[in-house]
Amino acid sequence: MAQIHIDKESYDVKNGKNLLETCLSLGYQLPYFCWHPALNSVGACRQCAIKVFKDEKDTRGRIVMACVEPVSDGLHLSVADPEASAFRSQNIEWLMTNHPHDCAVCDEGGSCHLQDMTVMTGHAYRRFQYPKRTHHNQYLGPLVHHEMNRCIQCYRCVRFYKDYAGGKDLDVFAAHDHVYFGRAKEGILESEFSGNLAEVCPTGVFTDKTLHTHYTRKWDLTMAPSVCQHCSLGCNIIAGERYGSLRSITNRYHEAVNGYFLCDRGRYGYEFVNHPSRIQHPNVRGRQVSGKELYTTLQDLLTSKNWIGVGSPRASLEANFALRKLVGDQNFYQGVSKVEADLLQRILHMTHSGQIHQPSLQEIEQADLVLILGEDPTHSAPRMALSIRQAVRNIPLQQTASTHIPAWHDVAQREYIQDTKGPLYIAYPVASKLDELASYTLHDHPDVLAAFGFDLAQAIGDDPLGDQNEPTLLRNIAEALLKAERPLIVTGTSLISHNILEAAWAIAMALKHQNKNASLSFILPSCNSAGLAYMEAEPLEVLMKSAKQNGISGAIVLENDLYRHYDALELDQFFESLEDIIVLDHLEQPTTAQATVTLPAATFAETSGTLVNNEGRVQSFYQVYMPKNEDIRPSWQWLTELYQIKIGLTPDLLYPSTPLLEELAASLPQFAGIGAHAPTFGLNGQKIPREPHRYSGRTAMLAHIAVSEPRPDQDELSPFSFTMEGSRGFPPPPLTPYYWSPGWNSNQALNKYQIEVGGALAGRHAEVNLFAMASTIPYPTKKGGVNQSQSVIQNATTHTFELLPITHIFGSEELSGYGDAISKLAPAPYFAINKQEASRLSLQPGVDIHLRIGKQTYPLTVQIGQELPAGCAAIPYNIPPLTGITWPAQGTLIPTTP
Amino acid sequence: MFSLLRSMAITFLHLFSKRETIQYPEERVPLHPRWRGRIVLTRDPDMGERCVGCYLCAAACPVDCISLQATEDEQGRRYPEFFRINFSRCIFCGYCEEACPTYAIQLLPDFEMAEYNRQNLVYEKEDLLIDSQGKYPGYNYYKVAGVDSGIKPKGGGTNENPPVDIHQILP
Repeated sequence: MAQIHIDKESYDVKNGKNLLETCLSLGYQLPYFCWHPALNSVGACRQCAIKVFKDEKDTRGRIVMACVEPVSDGLHLSVADPEASAFRSQNIEWLMTNHPHDCAVCDEGGSCHLQDMTVMTGHAYRRFQYPKRTHHNQYLGPLVHHEMNRCIQCYRCVRFYKDYAGGKDLDVFAAHDHVYFGRAKEGILESEFSGNLAEVCPTGVFTDKTLHTHYTRKWDLTMAPSVCQHCSLGCNIIAGERYGSLRSITNRYHEAVNGYFLCDRGRYGYEFVNHPSRIQHPNVRGRQVSGKELYTTLQDLLTSKNWIGVGSPRASLEANFALRKLVGDQNFYQGVSKVEADLLQRILHMTHSGQIHQPSLQEIEQADLVLILGEDPTHSAPRMALSIRQAVRNIPLQQTASTHIPAWHDVAQREYIQDTKGPLYIAYPVASKLDELASYTLHDHPDVLAAFGFDLAQAIGDDPLGDQNEPTLLRNIAEALLKAERPLIVTGTSLISHNILEAAWAIAMALKHQNKNASLSFILPSCNSAGLAYMEAEPLEVLMKSAKQNGISGAIVLENDLYRHYDALELDQFFESLEDIIVLDHLEQPTTAQATVTLPAATFAETSGTLVNNEGRVQSFYQVYMPKNEDIRPSWQWLTELYQIKIGLTPDLLYPSTPLLEELAASLPQFAGIGAHAPTFGLNGQKIPREPHRYSGRTAMLAHIAVSEPRPDQDELSPFSFTMEGSRGFPPPPLTPYYWSPGWNSNQALNKYQIEVGGALAGRHAEVNLFAMASTIPYPTKKGGVNQSQSVIQNATTHTFELLPITHIFGSEELSGYGDAISKLAPAPYFAINKQEASRLSLQPGVDIHLRIGKQTYPLTVQIGQELPAGCAAIPYNIPPLTGITWPAQGTLIPTTP
Repeated sequence: MFSLLRSMAITFLHLFSKRETIQYPEERVPLHPRWRGRIVLTRDPDMGERCVGCYLCAAACPVDCISLQATEDEQGRRYPEFFRINFSRCIFCGYCEEACPTYAIQLLPDFEMAEYNRQNLVYEKEDLLIDSQGKYPGYNYYKVAGVDSGIKPKGGGTNENPPVDIHQILP
């Protein structure tokens, strides 16, 4: 603690901070550009000028930049000093000399940090009469729009893109007022985090290109707090709607999860919500049916048949539970493949044993050693890769402690540590983007990777080393793991290998036996994989072939494309054995094509729900808007009604659902206490408005339909109102629909929502973590080696390869893959083998081949993946048409006739 | 009695004073150029739509009776896809005109907008857009903005230098 005096007021503040963050935390309005709470200080923009005095008698003082000046005890400073304010105002005037007259056509307008800061300093009229410098723009791909004229040279973009996110292709060129931020050559930005540029840039140089196509100002969006649906990490997002379509996704800060940044799949994956192939109306045997007729048809169907329910890892807990309630516990199945269900079951046993800590992303950022076993986080859980990129800096940063370089002085720290990196070990079949940071990489068959893991566990456990090829290397890694204070092991289900999981567990347990504080993070396949697995249902596969024998005549499929999980031929047979199939989903997909009844289901933006992320964190997403089409309804609502119809209620007697989460917690003890994760009430006895107070067009947007305004949509279920009415204030973090504070229209109003700038959000509600409510059933550590799968192909003359599923950020996830922008970035289906294999088969890269997997044949393009082991080929995981493959899989090349 | 006669006398005297009423519609009231009446969308000197869909008028409107959606043509020129004013709500305060950065939305001296059917007071872009520059001739926003939207190339606008060649190293 230090005492400082700002404008004659005394404050007790934390040591080790800079004056800018201290002033902002204390509520002073101090403008800044180049400083960012996650990127720290560089002192480039000269905007946060304040006056520092020698002592209380000093009246002259000197102007310093607050962001590069440390807090010291007894410091006297002034923010309001006339000279300092004049400096700040003139500085902005200089920054604005070249800023174009673009606000009216700029996507940043209304949430622009530059606008806010200009108003804050009082600069209003341009005095500079000379011509403005201009720049050409670049095409940067389908995600980010570039308008270089607007740049104020704060360097935030390159500091985020290059320094923080490890991108290579965005840089700064030229000198003085010619500096140019862009790529050496036009082209698609390579980083998976490029979308953050739109939020990091204080003005409109980088903007969201998908928003550009249906542009809406921030003040016109109806917004609600939401949770990303496109991977298992559960990053917090704000989703915004206008005129009945979802317009944009922006970051919602969560200090323990995503912090300030999102990945591009999370930011741009929303486009499926507005997709033209959305299911619009209930459909019974090819005929659009509604109203009473639909209910009578459904009643006939539901009472006359034996139904099973197929749950989904991408549907909310509520929807899955409503289905389970409808069909009964015994008839509820997981809509994932058996191997995936088994993997998840195993992971849940591991986490449930309470033996190993599951780290949050923020804890991952604090790790001082990372071992990645059988995962490529950049593609399977991208935001985690960004955290790992920060974690490798921890060891070198520890050395700066002796140099008096303060923790917030980013540029000095980076100068000092240069390229030194902390330990990062990666074992994955193909090269990954994180390899460039790794101290050691191992590219091999998953079983070899697992064997490496077991050997490592053995080496840690001080067991005598067996006959290893690289005993010294293993010994080195083992020693590094033992030396680390917060070692982290990352593993997951991407490679669909039990051995990998067991090996990761063995390493974690070996470290635990050595009294090391290790943590183990699992990357799961989907946003609610953990939640579905927690329901402890059998996978559908166990029933598929024997449905008829068991007297099953109908299946209700919830928000799931089963053709992505199961072999198409087996699934076709299964569907044929059934009389009726009811499918609830958002989009037309192969499974809905098989349905006799399709019911249009609301997406994450059109309903609320609860998800369990990869660390067991329970988080809710909230409905953003009421779909205009009344036929589109939440799955849980459809299913609750089906339940009521089934038990004999007539359509006019249906009643609203009871809170499903409470019922879930009551009927499944593993979910006890789940409802406590977020408040269910508003603020000050009122609802929290989803619309900002400047929301426009209220009395005109529907006037073309009828000039008499309809009653606004009512929300009985959530703490939010669909209008501007309600309590304006600071809602608790899980319920913050948008960030705004007087004078702070951009997302940087977030400063006002935090206890201290860059820290935790104020008023955080107690969170629920399912994994933390662990029992004490220990999970046994597998000893010894790996059951080498029988299928490893050694014969170098064959045309058959063992296939390795390679997850891709764009395309491997189902819903985001429907989006326009994301689908442009998804890789074309490929078949990658190493050079030797390619020359053995005389295949050139780029050649089209046909690969037979099981009974299906797929057209693929040959690629060279030099690090792939002999006998193995990599194919993209779940990118159409390569879906529904039964893993582990083999593929045979079919000679093509010329 | 006296006061009664006095009142009648005053009333009769008014027969000879100047009339305040006019014979509308045969006779028209003179309106000032800045009279806040009918709202229109104007065009720039090249007869392009002036409105760039910035949403400022909608945000300024105290009764929220303006609603629009911005879109873009192939050359990057922003314009409103639809632009709707609900005149049954409009209070003719002129805030929209004040907020407009491109002189697109203007209030004209015309008040003859009455309708029998309230629905007819909902004006779409076709009803609002006029083939004139209105009260502010000569202004073309895209000539002074920094974006290239097919009106002028980068650096070709008013008070702009040609685009920087980032490969040159001269000061």
